[in-house]
Amino acid sequence: MRRLVYLLPLVAFVVLVGWFVLGLQHDPHVLPSALIDKPVPEFSLPPLPGFDRGLASSDLKGKVQLVNVFASWCLPCRAEQPVLVRLAKDFGVAIQAINWKDKPSDAVIWLRQNGNPFQSVGSDPDNKVGIDWGVYGAPETYVIDAHGRIRYRHVGPLMPFDIEEKILPLIRQLQG
Amino acid sequence: MIPEIGHYALVLALFVAILQSTVPMIGAARGDAAWMALGRTAALAQLGLVGTAFLALVYAYVVSDFTVLNVVQNSNSLKPLLYKLSGPWGNHEGSMVLWVAILALFGAAVAAFGGNLPPGLRARVLAVQAMIGVGFLLFILATSNPFVRVDPPPLDGNDLNPLLQDPGLAFHPPCLYLGYVGFSMAFSFAIAALIEGRVDPAWARWVRPWTLAAWACLTLGITMGSWWAYYTLGWGGWWFWDPVENASLMPWLAGTALLHSAIVVEKRDALKSWTILLAILAFSLSLMGTFLVRSGILTSVHAFAVDPARGIFILALLGVAIGGSLLLYALRAPALKLGGLFAPVSREGALVLNNLLLATATATVFVGTLYPLFLDVAGGGKVSVGPPFFNATFVPLMVPLVAAMVVGPLLAWKRADLGGALGRLAVAAVVTVIFALAALYYYGGGPVMAVIGVALAAWAILGAVAEFAERIRLFRVPLADSLRRAASLPRAAWGMTLAHAGIGIAIAGMTGSAMWMTERIVAAKPGQVIELAGYQIAFDGVEAAQGPNYAVQRGSFVIRRNGREIGTLHPEQRHYLVTGQDMTHAAIHTTGVSDIYIALGEQGADGTRTVRLYHHPLVPWLWLGGLVMVLGGAVSLTDRRFRIGAPERRRTVVSASAAAL
Repeated sequence: MRRLVYLLPLVAFVVLVGWFVLGLQHDPHVLPSALIDKPVPEFSLPPLPGFDRGLASSDLKGKVQLVNVFASWCLPCRAEQPVLVRLAKDFGVAIQAINWKDKPSDAVIWLRQNGNPFQSVGSDPDNKVGIDWGVYGAPETYVIDAHGRIRYRHVGPLMPFDIEEKILPLIRQLQG
Repeated sequence: MIPEIGHYALVLALFVAILQSTVPMIGAARGDAAWMALGRTAALAQLGLVGTAFLALVYAYVVSDFTVLNVVQNSNSLKPLLYKLSGPWGNHEGSMVLWVAILALFGAAVAAFGGNLPPGLRARVLAVQAMIGVGFLLFILATSNPFVRVDPPPLDGNDLNPLLQDPGLAFHPPCLYLGYVGFSMAFSFAIAALIEGRVDPAWARWVRPWTLAAWACLTLGITMGSWWAYYTLGWGGWWFWDPVENASLMPWLAGTALLHSAIVVEKRDALKSWTILLAILAFSLSLMGTFLVRSGILTSVHAFAVDPARGIFILALLGVAIGGSLLLYALRAPALKLGGLFAPVSREGALVLNNLLLATATATVFVGTLYPLFLDVAGGGKVSVGPPFFNATFVPLMVPLVAAMVVGPLLAWKRADLGGALGRLAVAAVVTVIFALAALYYYGGGPVMAVIGVALAAWAILGAVAEFAERIRLFRVPLADSLRRAASLPRAAWGMTLAHAGIGIAIAGMTGSAMWMTERIVAAKPGQVIELAGYQIAFDGVEAAQGPNYAVQRGSFVIRRNGREIGTLHPEQRHYLVTGQDMTHAAIHTTGVSDIYIALGEQGADGTRTVRLYHHPLVPWLWLGGLVMVLGGAVSLTDRRFRIGAPERRRTVVSASAAAL
C-alpha cells in the first residue's frame, strides 16, 4: 500500500504529459475553428469614461476592420500600440478595440499615453464579451470582414512583419 | 570561422556528455575507480567545450557578424556594447547555449571542488548531470542551432526588441538560469541517492550548499525581473502573474521548501523521501519554466519561439527527464529508511508546515498557469485566469506561512513548547499589534489587506530580530558577551535571520506600493509646478536628443520639498530607429523609503505634455528585501560546515550548532 503512494507523483506527471500532448495539437495562436468564418458574437459594450462611443456587434459590419483586445496592465500591448497607430494613420485601416479586464479609468490614461488609433473602444472590465470571443490573453487582434465575420485571429502583439505579411495582405484580399 | 568552431565545440561537447553520462555510472556500479574518475575529467572538458561555444557566440555578437542568422535577427551594428555582450541570451537559441554553459559550470564545480564527496556518489552525480547535458545539447543541435549562417549576409541586423535593451534585463536571464540550472545539482544528488538507495545527514549536507546557491541566484533573478517590470512599464507595477513569471516563481517556491526540508534530513535524518521528491520537483519545475514558454503550449509575452517540432522535442525531453526520475523515485524511495519521529509541535513540525504551505502554493500557481491549457484541451474554450485568481488563492497561503515562519526557529527539535516560544516573541507581538493599529488608524477601515500586510511585515522583521536577540541573549548577559555570541554564531544562523527579515522587508514594500500609491496625470506646460504627495515638481520642458540607436525626447523635472531642491529627473520617450518602436523610459527618484516616478507622455496640441507622476511609498523595500534574502543565502553559504575541505571539523560544529539551533 505504501508503495502506491510513491507512484502518485509519476501518475500525476503522466496525466500531465497527456494533457500537454493534446495541448500541442492546439496552436495557441489560432482561434478555435468554431469561430473562424462565423459572425462575431452578439454583444454591446459601453464606452470608456469621457468617450462617446462604445462598441457593439452591429458596428462590425459594412467594412473590413480590425478588433484589438488590449489592457493597460499588458506589457506587449504597449509594444504593439505604435504598430496599430501606424496601421491606422498610414494605411487607413479601421481599428476598433475591446478594453479587456481593465479599469476603464486606467485605460483612458493608457490611451492618452500610448496613442489612440481606435475609432471606438468598448469597455469589458469583467471579461463578459471576452469569454464569447474566446480571448486567451491580451493583446489579441481579429480581422473582421464586411459581413461581420471573423476571418483571422492573431494572438500576441502585432509586430511590423505581422502587418506586412499577414494583416495587410488579408485586408486587401477581403476588400478585393 | 569562429562560428564553426563554436558549432563544432557543441558537437564535441555532446559526445563528451554521452561518455560522462555512462562510463562513471558503470564504474560506480562496478566499483571501478578509473571509470569513476573519468567523470571529473569529462566534466572539466565539458565546461571547456561549451564555454568555447558560448564565447564564440558572444564574439559573433560583439563584432556584429551578420553572416550568422541569430545575430542578424537579434542585433544591429548600432546597438550599445552592453547589449551586444548580453545579446546571446536575448533570444531562444542563444539562451539555450547559456543554459548548457551554466550546466557545464556546475558540473565542473562538482568535479573541481567535490573532493570530499565519496567517489561513488560523485561519479553518479556527474553522470546524471551529463545526462541532462545530453538532452539539452541534442535539443540545441537538432532544433535550435545558434550558429546557422545566412548567405548572402544582410548589411545590418534587425536589432533587439527595445523592451529588452535595458541593463536590468541584460543580467536578469543569467541570474535566473543560474538558479534554474543550480537546482539540477539537487536533482543529480537526489537521483544519485536513489540509485545508491541511501539518504543520510551527510548527503543532505552536500546537497544544501548547491540548493542554497541556486535559490539565492533565483531570488536575485526574480528580484531583478520585477524591478525591470517596475521601471519599464511606465506605471510602477512589479508583478503580473504572467506565465513566464510564474515559471520562475514555481521553482523558487519548491526550492524554498527543499531548502527547509533538507535541514530536517541533515539534523534529524527524517523526511528523506519527501526531500528527494522536492529535489526532483524543483528541477522539473525549472525545466518546465525554461521550456513551457518555448514549446508553444502556452502563449506568453516572453515566448521566444513557437515551433511545433521544438514543442514535440521539448515534451519528449521533459517526459524522459521528469518521467524517468519519478519512475526511479516510485521504485526506490519506498526502500529508504524512515527517520526519527517527532511531535507535531516541534521544529520538524514547523518545517513540515512550511513545506505543506509552500507545496500548496506551488500547486496553486501551477494550476493557475496551466488551467487555460487544461480547459482548452477539454474543449471548454480559451480562458485566461489572471491576477484575481492568484490574489484570491496565493495570498491567503502566504499569510499563515509568514506568521508561522517567525515561530518556527524558536521551537526545539522533536518536541517543543509552543507557549514558551510565543512568550519569547511577546515584545515582537506587541510592537506588531501597535503597527497594525497604526495602519488601521491611518487607513481608517480601508482594505483589510493593508493592515494584514503591515502586521505581517512587522511580525516577520521583528520576529527575525527577536529570534536573533534570543540566541545572543541580548540584554540578559552583558552586551560584550552578546556580541561575542553573535560573532561565534554559525553563519547559517545569520543567514536565516537575514533571509527571514528580507521576506518581511519585501512584504512591507508590496503592501506600501499596493495600498498607498499616489498617482497624478497632468497635461503640463513648461514651467508648471505639479504638487505630488507633499513634493513640488517643476516641469522645465522637453528637449530632443540622439541616443546610440534611438532618437529621444527628454523631459526635465526639478523636485522640491518645502522649497528645498531634492533632485532632477529626466524621463524619456525613445524612438528606436531600426525596429520603429517607441519606448517610454520612466525616471525614478528614490529616497530609500519611497519613489517618485515620472513618465513622459504624448505631446498635446496646445504645447502641453501628458505627464504621469507617481509616489510609491515603500516600494524600494521590495527589492531591498529581495537583496537581503540573497545576502542571507550568501552568508549562509559561507558556513563552515559547508566549506569544502573541512570535513573533519564537521562533526563537532554540527553538534554545536544543533544545540544552538
